[in-house]
Amino acid sequence: MRTLDEPASLERDEPVATPGSPGGRYRARRLAFKVTIYALLIAVCGFILLPVGWMLTAALKPDLEPVFTPTPEWFPTRWWEWKNFRRVLTENMPFLRYMINTMIIVTANIFGVLISCALVGFAFARLRFRGSKVLFYILIVTMLIPWQALIIPQFLFFVKVGWYGTYLPLIVPSFFGTAFFIFLIRQYMRTIPKDLDDAARVDGLNYWQIFWRIILPLSTPVLTVCAVFTFLASWNNLLGPLIYLDDSDRFTVAIGLANLVTRADTPWNLTMAANLAAILPSVLLYFFLQKKLIGGIASVGLKG
Amino acid sequence: MTRKGLQARKEQRAAYLFLSPWLIGLIGLWLIPIIASLLLSFSEYDIITPPQWLGLDNYRELFDDRTFWVSIRVTLKYMVLSVPLYIITGLLLSMVLNLKIRGINMFRTLFFLPAVLSGVAVAVLWVALLNPDVGAINEALRAVGIDDPPRWLDSPRWAVPSVVLVGLWGIGGGAIIYLSGLQNISAQLYEAVELDGAGPFQRFRYVTLPMLTPTLLFVLLTSLIDAFQVFDLAYVLSRGGTQGIGDSLTFYLINLWDEAFQNGRYGYASAMAWMLVLGAAAVILVIFKTSGRWVYYEYDPERER
Repeated sequence: MRTLDEPASLERDEPVATPGSPGGRYRARRLAFKVTIYALLIAVCGFILLPVGWMLTAALKPDLEPVFTPTPEWFPTRWWEWKNFRRVLTENMPFLRYMINTMIIVTANIFGVLISCALVGFAFARLRFRGSKVLFYILIVTMLIPWQALIIPQFLFFVKVGWYGTYLPLIVPSFFGTAFFIFLIRQYMRTIPKDLDDAARVDGLNYWQIFWRIILPLSTPVLTVCAVFTFLASWNNLLGPLIYLDDSDRFTVAIGLANLVTRADTPWNLTMAANLAAILPSVLLYFFLQKKLIGGIASVGLKG
Repeated sequence: MTRKGLQARKEQRAAYLFLSPWLIGLIGLWLIPIIASLLLSFSEYDIITPPQWLGLDNYRELFDDRTFWVSIRVTLKYMVLSVPLYIITGLLLSMVLNLKIRGINMFRTLFFLPAVLSGVAVAVLWVALLNPDVGAINEALRAVGIDDPPRWLDSPRWAVPSVVLVGLWGIGGGAIIYLSGLQNISAQLYEAVELDGAGPFQRFRYVTLPMLTPTLLFVLLTSLIDAFQVFDLAYVLSRGGTQGIGDSLTFYLINLWDEAFQNGRYGYASAMAWMLVLGAAAVILVIFKTSGRWVYYEYDPERER
């Protein structure tokens, strides 16, 4: 690990040692520690960012320019063929179509997950009913059983009802609750003071009104987390669309991308342009919501 | 009293109404499919002709199926290589990201980024980077003097390590979970051991590590279960190499998918699914049984009652 050959400019960032801190040796050791940490952080940054930079470089190259060069080009410097993106989205490849298709599934899934999981989470968190303990255990068990045990019978069922080739098998299940999100929402709703419900009941609100007007608006942080997770899971889903979709007009982004590598002999510059276009929505969503997201995950907590 | 009883009945009726979407799903999308899957695993079924009862034949065939054993070997190899690596690097990374130093939020934002990308997109990128002849990784390795770099996805020996390497790129996702675990450790504990004169290593050994064991248990369980379920990366990476590498990336789920949705052997594939369930259940059970010995709970809700 590098320790001393770091840029001197880092020293400016050093907080001035508080008066009375034990002497120069201590300060030197702290400085060495900080420099090591920053070197490590920058190295990891390189590991994460350089591949992305390479992808952008490749995506911006004209057709005749080789994507693979003896010295890897990690950042775009010479070629700026922005029209490659237009080519993969509409002209040469239908990635815009794929993205719209995926967006339809994603939107329906978010809607289904939020409405069903919020309802069920509310019952588990705030209502007393017979069998609540047993049902909650069942909920946990359904999280542990691998879903692979279910895909074959579900597939056969959806084929029998004539939904093969449509988006319905990818959409309808989300309206029946997802154990993990129900669990998250329940955990969150339990932290809302119970007095609110009692006061509302005194005011004559029924359970639906308590849910809709009081608890749901207070649960937006956890609902945001669930919505983002659902977005990512269904935007990124490969297995589902691979099993259920056969018409290329209905393909999703994940299938389109996989086919670039596995089927067609696509030029690398266009492959990388398509790849960048396909990850852009997730990246934008992440940057806009990352504070809420990381905070949300932390607030849910994982204390065993 | 009767008024109260009436109120409780009303609450119960409301509760079951709120639960109804999940209850319907539980029966229709979970219970019935599980039973159907179990029955299918004892039958032969190709969706066209009616199912034929086979008894244990599917399971017997599995034991003689070379590809089945290959898929188990590939999956276990991946598990052994990836789980310890991801757990340790994730922990180290999160400890660095937990330091209160300038710019740390920017680093956090950046490190978690690959975790939101799809397995397919990541695989498409790395197929290009790992190209053994012209890919950027091997060009970079040659530039630093490694004349004979691994052939990655073109080599049966390096294929699984390649998947592990690609997975390492998304390690930030795991680090979030550690980070929330680290931030839940009370500062008072650190102050207490510092008063006793503990150095950084003792702080880690006697505070951080024990307080983090519940998080470690969770990460261990999820990463083991994830290892059973590798699909997207393997699906793209195994088809992205330039030469045939045979079955060296035939992960368990890839093999199952082939048998069910390529070969139309739904009964046989159901038997494979059940072997997976049993395997996963065994792993979960072993870990839970042994976790009492190393997982430390600061607060035990069972004891409090």
